[in-house]
Amino acid sequence: MLESHKKLERNSILLLIFAVVAVSIGGIVEIVPLFRMETTIEPVKGVRPLTPLELAGQDIYLREGCNTCHSQQIRPLRDEVQRYGHYSLAAESMYDHPFQWGSKRTGPDLARVGGKYSNTWHIEHLTDPRQVVPESIMPRYGFLARTEVRTWDMADRMKALAAVGVPYSRDHIANAVIDLQIQTMPDEDPTELQKRYGPKVSPQLYGGSAGTPTEMDALVAYLQQLGTQVDFTTYNPDYELKKKAETVR
Amino acid sequence: MTTTSPASPQAAPRYDETIIKYFTIAAMAWAIAGFVVGLLLALQLAWPVFNLEPWLNFGRLRPLHTSAVIFAFGGNILFATSYHVVQRTCHTRLYSVKAAWFHFWGYQAFILMAGLGYLFGVTQGKEYAEPEWYADLWLTVVWVVYFVNYLMTLTMRKEKHIYVANWFFLSFIVTVAILHLVNNISLPISLVSVKSYSFWGGVQSALIQWWYGHNAVGFFLTAGFLGMMYYYVPKQADRPVYSYRLSIIHFWSLIFIYIWAGPHHLLYTSLPDWAQTLGMTFSIMLWMPSWGGMINGMMTLSGAWHKLRDDPVLQFMIIALSFYGMSTFEGPLMSIKTVNSLSHYTEWTIGHVHAGALGWVAYISFGAIYYLVPHLWKKPGMYSRSLISLHLWISTVGIVVYIASMWVAGIMEGLMWRAYDDMGFLTYSFVETVQAKHIYYIIRAVGGGLFLIGALIMVYNMWRTIKLPSPTAGAAAQPALAAAE
Repeated sequence: MLESHKKLERNSILLLIFAVVAVSIGGIVEIVPLFRMETTIEPVKGVRPLTPLELAGQDIYLREGCNTCHSQQIRPLRDEVQRYGHYSLAAESMYDHPFQWGSKRTGPDLARVGGKYSNTWHIEHLTDPRQVVPESIMPRYGFLARTEVRTWDMADRMKALAAVGVPYSRDHIANAVIDLQIQTMPDEDPTELQKRYGPKVSPQLYGGSAGTPTEMDALVAYLQQLGTQVDFTTYNPDYELKKKAETVR
Repeated sequence: MTTTSPASPQAAPRYDETIIKYFTIAAMAWAIAGFVVGLLLALQLAWPVFNLEPWLNFGRLRPLHTSAVIFAFGGNILFATSYHVVQRTCHTRLYSVKAAWFHFWGYQAFILMAGLGYLFGVTQGKEYAEPEWYADLWLTVVWVVYFVNYLMTLTMRKEKHIYVANWFFLSFIVTVAILHLVNNISLPISLVSVKSYSFWGGVQSALIQWWYGHNAVGFFLTAGFLGMMYYYVPKQADRPVYSYRLSIIHFWSLIFIYIWAGPHHLLYTSLPDWAQTLGMTFSIMLWMPSWGGMINGMMTLSGAWHKLRDDPVLQFMIIALSFYGMSTFEGPLMSIKTVNSLSHYTEWTIGHVHAGALGWVAYISFGAIYYLVPHLWKKPGMYSRSLISLHLWISTVGIVVYIASMWVAGIMEGLMWRAYDDMGFLTYSFVETVQAKHIYYIIRAVGGGLFLIGALIMVYNMWRTIKLPSPTAGAAAQPALAAAE
């Protein structure tokens, strides 16, 4: 072995090629099948792309590095399911580019925070966390309420996401700004918005004024939908797979 | 061993050393910056009043800290040592000094681009891969220049054999390139916007990110620094590497196995089970090559153990190897699913990372820098040996305080999260676990502060060394300082 290894030690290109092969095998074996296997992401009813307002919120979530302290991934362990709710399904994060699972819980998991607190609670908490939870160590985010959501590149953002696989249609993209505004206008007719994003999306006043959402409104809208897309009262982990197998047969 | 012995003086070429000086100084400057931000983050967790919204909030500062210590400090010292080692062990000058200068300034520009971006909230939101698309593209250009320059220098060598340190440096350079390219594929929303979306989504994005993230540790923070170890430990101890055979086994098994271990960051998540199991299995296997490397480094001192008694630079290197051994045992342990169910998401991970980052990466770098500074600036030695010792002890106490506090905090919160009362209800609310960690956050900040003080002592010592008068007589016999041009 030592003799043949000397060949590598005398030839830098050969050494390079062997090293590249050695480091490629593991990655290929683990990553490639994920794109090929049907079981990687089990299809689940209810999962939809984010509305423009929620998407703006997700971008703010990313920008502020919320993911450095909050995970969005509930593991199937007794205490986690009891504390946070049903364990996370792969399908629930399939439209996140990139994923927001996180790696650290300096604060609690947020995978199912949607609907647990009121909009007002979120706004007060984000503005001054210690007013609501005295022991909290979260930074203040009051400035979000003083900044309007950037709308001029909303359609570009959805176009880019569509290009990487999120099912935004032309219709979604063309109405990006209108949908964004309507979601904060409870008096307007939500039919069009709901036609595109599902009946659970309901326009409401988050905190800012109707039609001109602030970054705070967008972030709260994003948080309020987290984990709410799948209806777990009717979700059966085996059902969808079995049904799929049957149709294939 | 082939080329550990210094080249014979009459055949010594003039080496390109100015570039190495620049990389060394840059590494130390970024190190201080990174440690200061780290201390600020530690204080923010102990007392949230240290957050200044919006630019200096924890979420924006955290990538500044990780990038500054890993890519700015770690990167620059890897470049300094790899350019030094490749010239010495190949007995040749660099293939292109101009390319090396482009590499230097290009890389500092990348760091500034990335770092300023974080403060303004420009981030891809992927750990250790936060820089946005434009900075990533720029880094790719710089990295290719580095790669070509390094490889061409290797091919120009006047020694028959490629010394083991260069195997590690070469695998570090090429693997980091592959990781960077694959993980950062993204689509900018327009060419005038800093914002992009990752090409990868959901589960796939998670696995690719941690294949990247884990191997940033494996190749940037391990393979590269092992290359450093394989040159500077034998140099400082004045002994050949313990076992040539072990070097071969160490190298190939380490780079082959490391790549597989990424999924241990995703145990019990929505990632398919088979991938989790593969990740866990290979992580446990990784223990062996890691310890093979540690043993090879430590045993290099066999027959010269007495040198450890009074050479603080050697002490730095051997403590580095000890922490390397400790954290590469801890890592496989934490990759076992049962252990991970407790440790994941907690401060234990932070403790583990810092055992590796402070104990191994920073210490082997400090050892190399203490070797390099008098060598590069042609001084008889460091300005003060006792200041090196002082640095060693202050920062060692700092590391121990840091990781011990995080072990306690992490295991405590992990146990509190899963504690049940007699009625079958969860005993603690989340915020009670946050409150319980307060004291450990303060202790951690003290540990980090001590580490920073140690590094400042080092900077002072370096500065005084560089200011020492050069010994003029006999300097001509030394390989003279090569002009940069």
